[in-house]
Amino acid sequence: MKRRSALTELLDEEGAKGALLAAVSSIVVFGGLIALVLTSPNWEKVQRQFFSWRHFKAAWPAVVDGFWLNVELFFWAMLTIPVLALLIAIARSLRGPAFFPVRVLAVIYTDVFRGIPLILLIFLLGFGVPPLDITGLPSDPKFWGVTALALSYSAYTAEIYRSGIDAVPESQRSSARALGLTQMQALRFAILPQAIRNVVPALMNTVVSLQKDVALLSVLGLREAVRAAEIYKGRTFNFTAYLVATLLFLAVSVPLTRFVDWYTSRDRARRSQAAV
Amino acid sequence: MADPKLALDGVHKAFGDKLVLRGIDLEVEDHEVVCLIGPSGCGKSTILRCVDLLDTIDAGEIRLGGEVITGRGVNANDVRRRVGIVFQSFNLFAHMNVLDNVTLGARRALGVARDVAEEQAGEMLVRFGLGDKIDQYPDRLSGGQQQRAAIVRALMGDPELLLLDEVTSALDPELVGEVLGVIRELAGRGLTMVLATHEMGFARYVASRVAFLHEGRVLEYGPPAKILSEPEKPRTREFLKRVIEAGRL
Ligand SMILES: Nc1ncnc2c1ncn2[C@@H]1O[C@H](COP(=O)(O)OP(=O)(O)O)[C@@H](O)[C@H]1O
Ligand SMILES: [Mg+2]
Repeated sequence: MKRRSALTELLDEEGAKGALLAAVSSIVVFGGLIALVLTSPNWEKVQRQFFSWRHFKAAWPAVVDGFWLNVELFFWAMLTIPVLALLIAIARSLRGPAFFPVRVLAVIYTDVFRGIPLILLIFLLGFGVPPLDITGLPSDPKFWGVTALALSYSAYTAEIYRSGIDAVPESQRSSARALGLTQMQALRFAILPQAIRNVVPALMNTVVSLQKDVALLSVLGLREAVRAAEIYKGRTFNFTAYLVATLLFLAVSVPLTRFVDWYTSRDRARRSQAAV
Repeated sequence: MADPKLALDGVHKAFGDKLVLRGIDLEVEDHEVVCLIGPSGCGKSTILRCVDLLDTIDAGEIRLGGEVITGRGVNANDVRRRVGIVFQSFNLFAHMNVLDNVTLGARRALGVARDVAEEQAGEMLVRFGLGDKIDQYPDRLSGGQQQRAAIVRALMGDPELLLLDEVTSALDPELVGEVLGVIRELAGRGLTMVLATHEMGFARYVASRVAFLHEGRVLEYGPPAKILSEPEKPRTREFLKRVIEAGRL
């Protein structure tokens, strides 16, 4: 079956007459908003400050360069977070008194790292650890920035995994154990594949927000897109560089979000089909 | 005399402060088929789960082939590999096809090579009429087919003892027969089985002995002709009368 766009679906719902109404009202609303902005007394000043084509071209190379650093930081974070989160989630779902300490550690981990605002964690690690000058630990702000992202996001992601694990019926665990599988084998072969399938949409949403939160690492002086834009602004007193950064982020996150939406609705359709 | 295949000795089990098993004594000899009967909630499933060490007992002892399996230092996984269990709601792994469901235990718990496990599974699936369902996922199978696949899964490691927990209770009436047929065939081949069941007619036919459970104990235990036709205890009579009224005998 051909995928229909969200728009055609919306239009379908409303019928043909509704479609016309939707088109007209959209033009009126959006046109009105644009007119409001363009006719405001300070528009010309704002336009020069934020929407200058000259500055756009001038700022572009540096901001794009910065954006590659965003991509790199995002890459490292994406490499560590899912693994770390899965380990925490597994630790937390182990049964039996022998694993009590492991469970407690996992709970402390998620509570602490979800409890600290990400920006604070970035400050604490990025500015706090390198001066300690502990031998063996790197002092690279990239490393500590990514570490802060990884700690915070893995705590959240672990909770997502855990909700997926909890949603797998207890009877699946029983029948895996009944086959003589160890607890870890039962998790690996019977529980986790189902748990992860349950939470793929939630995980993908986390990826979208991680992609944006990488920009927070600019506070460590890393010359990523936002930082590069800020530097440009500092030099020229023009804000257009921020627009460049905004467009770059949108260029990644909008397709990503559309993809998540598409995947989620396809997944839902499949499940309801299987349930029939 | 040789040790019984399975023996429960004064088994107690409580959930919270609810005493479910209050001293279960039960012996199952090699090649016997024992049916556990009794009203819903009397503890049939709990007994089976305790035997497969899926629940831990609070007091008493369970022996498998003379070996105590409920003591300290017993490897529960080793015990579970010797015992098969089939549940009321099939519990096939939803993300695996029939073949993977059936071979998972052999491959991972017993360390059998995949091709060997698959060959054995394939033969058994064909024998139980599932030859054309090998690569289907559980949600594409009827209840009866799922339950037969679950039985094959439980049989894969050649268990000494098979536990069946109301394996036909979740099935549409017209599918009950195909599953009972499988159990009858296994009984004919001498497999030792303990089954919790509400199918009194089937129990009468297939059981070597029937145990009636009441208030966490085995109230009566004997051949089906005796327990199901001329029980000694008024409680048993009362239960059977209600079952007959419900049209299940
Ligand atoms: N995991 C559990 N937690 C609490 N109560 C339970 C649990 N499993 C069983 N029970 C209770 O134990 C009693 C016996 O249950 P069960 O063995 O399933 O009975 P049966 O299989 O004969 O219907 C019931 O009252 C049930 O509510
Ligand atoms: Mg039951």
